[in-house]
Amino acid sequence: MTEFLQQLINGLALGAIYALIALGYTMVYGILRFINFAHGDVFMLGAFAGLFFTPVVERVFPPQSYSGGLVVLLLAMAVCAGLGILIEMLAYRPLRNRPKLTVLITAIGVSLFIEYTCQHRLVFGAAPRKFPDLIPVKTWNVDLLVISSTQVIVFVTTLLLLVILRFIVQKTRMGTAMRAVSFNEQAAALMGVNINSIISFTFGLGSALAAAGGILFAMSYASIDPLMGVQTGLKAFVAAVVGGIGNLPGAALGGLLIGVIETFAGGIPGLSNYRDGIAFTILIAVLIFRPTGLLSKPQVEKV
Amino acid sequence: MNSGAKRYLLLALLAALIVSGFSAYFNRYYLGVAIDVGINIMLAVSLNLINGHTGQFSLGHAGFMAVGGYIAAKFSLLLQPALPPWMQPLIFCAGLLLGGAIAALTGLAVGVPTLRLYGDYLAIVTLGFGEIIRVIFQTSETFGAATGLTGIPNWTHFGWAWSGAAICVFVVTCLVNSTYGRGFIAVKDDEIAASASGINPVRYKVTAFVVGAFFAGVAGGLYAHHKSFLSPTGFDFMKSIDIVVMVILGGMGRTVGVIIAAILLTLLPEYLREFSDYRMILYALLIILIMIARPQGLFTFARRRPDSK
Amino acid sequence: MAPLLQLDQVTICFGGLTAVSAVDLRLGPRELVGLIGPNGAGKTTLFNLITGVYPPTRGAIYFDGRPTANLKAHQLVRRGIARTFQNIRLFASMTVFDTVRTAVQVHRTHGLRDALLRGGGFRRAEAEVERQVRELLALFQLDRVRDEPAVGLPYGDQRRLEIVRALATRPRLLLLDEPAAGMNPTEKSELTALIRLLQEKFQIAVLLVEHDMRVVMGICERIVVLDYGVKIADGPPAAVRANPRVIEAYLGEEAAPHA
Repeated sequence: MTEFLQQLINGLALGAIYALIALGYTMVYGILRFINFAHGDVFMLGAFAGLFFTPVVERVFPPQSYSGGLVVLLLAMAVCAGLGILIEMLAYRPLRNRPKLTVLITAIGVSLFIEYTCQHRLVFGAAPRKFPDLIPVKTWNVDLLVISSTQVIVFVTTLLLLVILRFIVQKTRMGTAMRAVSFNEQAAALMGVNINSIISFTFGLGSALAAAGGILFAMSYASIDPLMGVQTGLKAFVAAVVGGIGNLPGAALGGLLIGVIETFAGGIPGLSNYRDGIAFTILIAVLIFRPTGLLSKPQVEKV
Repeated sequence: MNSGAKRYLLLALLAALIVSGFSAYFNRYYLGVAIDVGINIMLAVSLNLINGHTGQFSLGHAGFMAVGGYIAAKFSLLLQPALPPWMQPLIFCAGLLLGGAIAALTGLAVGVPTLRLYGDYLAIVTLGFGEIIRVIFQTSETFGAATGLTGIPNWTHFGWAWSGAAICVFVVTCLVNSTYGRGFIAVKDDEIAASASGINPVRYKVTAFVVGAFFAGVAGGLYAHHKSFLSPTGFDFMKSIDIVVMVILGGMGRTVGVIIAAILLTLLPEYLREFSDYRMILYALLIILIMIARPQGLFTFARRRPDSK
Repeated sequence: MAPLLQLDQVTICFGGLTAVSAVDLRLGPRELVGLIGPNGAGKTTLFNLITGVYPPTRGAIYFDGRPTANLKAHQLVRRGIARTFQNIRLFASMTVFDTVRTAVQVHRTHGLRDALLRGGGFRRAEAEVERQVRELLALFQLDRVRDEPAVGLPYGDQRRLEIVRALATRPRLLLLDEPAAGMNPTEKSELTALIRLLQEKFQIAVLLVEHDMRVVMGICERIVVLDYGVKIADGPPAAVRANPRVIEAYLGEEAAPHA
């Protein structure tokens, strides 16, 4: 039982990070109907932004303090929001209204470009880097369960960000416009919604969440490298599809689900080697049996 | 046109074998690159049947290649010590066909469940299948797990690689350039109109996956016996992207363009060895720029009259 | 005479919406019937049901005396049901010739293996296909543009090509979904002549959805009227035109009879 609870906590902590990244995929898909392959790389850039901001922030704030950690998180989110907006403007905007596959391949190109540029020795280099401790590292023992301060921060931050995101999407003008565009782009444009600014806003928001995911991931695993976004990004995308793409609560649910299942599978001796294949197996099963994902309604094709 | 296609095939096979016969006189490095080119032509032309002609965007071609490569390599490793040397070509040929056949079965296993998926959903699921195949090989002790297979006999000569490429080009061209083959294009253009014209989209999609996977499998076998070792990381999703880029660059559904692209994209990295630091960055930029400026491919020219004469 | 097409109480619901409700319909082997009704009456949905795009929620459809349940669209084409689409659906990367060639192959005897082996039988079969395509194109005056891209044709020719593609499958029942939509008066009268020609020449039944009353009244022997998914009239043009329920259904619509 203890073992089960421990795995559940670990799984949820991993799943929370998947959920943060999945939200970005699902928001962009909701508006532009394409997979932003470079999103996983924005997650990686978030982690590296954290790496570079930490020494700067530590000059002002005490090292390993919650306030300093928060500042690093916010800075990384801001930088990545800017990068996300920039990527959209430079690479995807010229391709608006082109066939979906053209945009998909461009997104793969952008992803490769970020990965290879970051691996270059003049940028980050290909070798993994150690991520500094942002907050005081502590562990608490409850019975036989072990919970680390990092895990608590992962849960608290994710929860807070989800609440803020929900507020933005449901209550603000920008959020309402976002939902309008996602529902019917042309109608929204006719109602005076500035489509370009909504798309930029969506990319900014999604990238900020991915950056937060990057920082939390780096805090949890302590090691970061320019290719860390590849597998994690793919799994987060799978989470978005599993939850029903375009559906925000679905993305969060899908993320948690993938995180938990993956962690449990990793604990089973025979299965642990197949860990990286598990997310895709779930994806294939979901798409075959319920192609629109867990939380959305099936659609009929119009002839 | 019909007898013409057969003539081209025979001519290409003959040329491949003659050049192969003089292998000893060529620079080994260039010969190696030429074999790479042949294998990549097979990969790109077979993927073009799935992605280009039939419009089923697949990102899992490296998976089929891995299946064929591992099976053929294992086959050779098992049988080579047991049989006399004069049987080597037979073992090799049987291994390639076996690898291709099992890759084709894998293609069937991927093609059937994904029939209902389109566009980027299909892309991501085929990518998932490719990754699952890779993870299976990476885990399986029989296939050397994370280390992969080493000491695979070095049997892929120029003649083998280019004969394979010639046969692959012949089969794909004949399939598509027939009345039967219009079905692939009809399915790509408009599935509903295709069914309304009596085309069974399921059959064509699955055929494309099976035939495409078969040749990817054979190409994998040739690759294994060219490099002498196989590692699961060589078949990750980057490898699939490389093949997709050849198809995109050449122009989806344009066989000649795709062949040119496969040749160029194999030679270019060899010439850019000195700039290896920047090579991949340039490659990524190239993808983005082509998509923005010329998404129909670099080597698509005005199409000639259809082969109706 | 046994009906070629028979619909028994055919009903289809999408979610809570009943798009076609308990429709009975019979069509003889060489009949030319018009299917009319206000926008959203379920005409195209009825076409989609007959051609196997969706299965009916309730009721049964028989073609040539045999039920069509569980048959896919392409299988129904082989049985002899062909159609055109309201919003033209031509193959975007094919020439006119290839468009028709694709449809002619429904009844071909060769397949994948022959395409690869390319023996004498294959060549003869290909020549035969080509002869049929040429004949059809000549008959419908599309031979001039045989090597043009199908989607580059003028609008009226695209509509005509869709009809030729449908005929190339050698149907016994042809469903035409608003063939005159977007045509000018000259094109419309050409179309009327063409429908008459194809019915006489190919001896087939035609079910025609059309908004233009002059076209429908001019060529149809019988007219069926749908309104909100229900069949409200079925009879000769004169009777349908005088039917009070039909007049009521069309009140407020642009297309009152004679419009």
